[in-house]
Amino acid sequence: MKVNIYVTLKPGVLDPQGKAIHHALEGLGFAGVDDVRAGRFIELEVADSVSDADLDAMCARLLANTVIENYRIQRA
Amino acid sequence: MKTAVIVFPGSNCDRDMAVALEQVTGKASAMVWHRETALPDGTDFVALPGGFSYGDYLRSGAMAARSPILAAVSEAAGRGVPVLGVCNGFQVLTEAGLLPGALMRNAGLNFVCRTVPLTVANSQSLFTASYKVDEAIAIPVAHHDGNYFADAETLDRLEGEGRVAFRYADSVNGSARDIAGVLNDAGNVLGMMPHPERAIDRAHGGTDGLRLFEAALGVLA
Repeated sequence: MKVNIYVTLKPGVLDPQGKAIHHALEGLGFAGVDDVRAGRFIELEVADSVSDADLDAMCARLLANTVIENYRIQRA
Repeated sequence: MKTAVIVFPGSNCDRDMAVALEQVTGKASAMVWHRETALPDGTDFVALPGGFSYGDYLRSGAMAARSPILAAVSEAAGRGVPVLGVCNGFQVLTEAGLLPGALMRNAGLNFVCRTVPLTVANSQSLFTASYKVDEAIAIPVAHHDGNYFADAETLDRLEGEGRVAFRYADSVNGSARDIAGVLNDAGNVLGMMPHPERAIDRAHGGTDGLRLFEAALGVLA
């Protein structure tokens, strides 16, 4: 089955990359964008036997750096 | 004194590190490949060099921190063996949980490659005992992800416990409280973004980095 992992910067962690993207959007003339935060999207193809606890451990131990990032797991 | 330099795919300062260690100890370092599961017997100093281990995939240092040799490095650090991580090595140490915090993309988004002025914040550690506190030194940096981040509580604790080893004298990469290098709670693990191994010879433009190796390797007169 497919599992989607969304890794995002924690609130309060500065995101210079998001700021640069925001700036570029404004440069292209898109008004009304208040903020941009850039993250990472990871797709896993896993056996049905892989448990939620396993997925959580994968995120906590490797896919996200929990010092600066949050993660969200979605079974597709 | 037996030193070891850990080599990951994508390390590129491993030779410079080995040259610096040999210059001070007079003996060649063991070059230890990341797939090894043990350090050479009797290793009493471990260096994690700069570079772009695993092409910085996922996050800088993330893959290297999960490589087999890191379990052995972690075990050695736990026994009190000095471990020095420079640049990518610092990123690996934070990713491995041997040092607090994380190293994020430079605030200016640019790769920064130049000699920068630093201030010695702690001159009591085994790595910094050859410097004076508040001494101004100059050591090169060369990194894209050197923006040190930790939550305010962690930063307060690091400062309160004297675990900030070096600070940037001017803002270089947006690091919290201008932190350029931090120590673990036992004081035997140091991670720093500046490259002391690139400042060990007059021909490098300075020798301020040499004193770190002299202090850490215990050969100061």
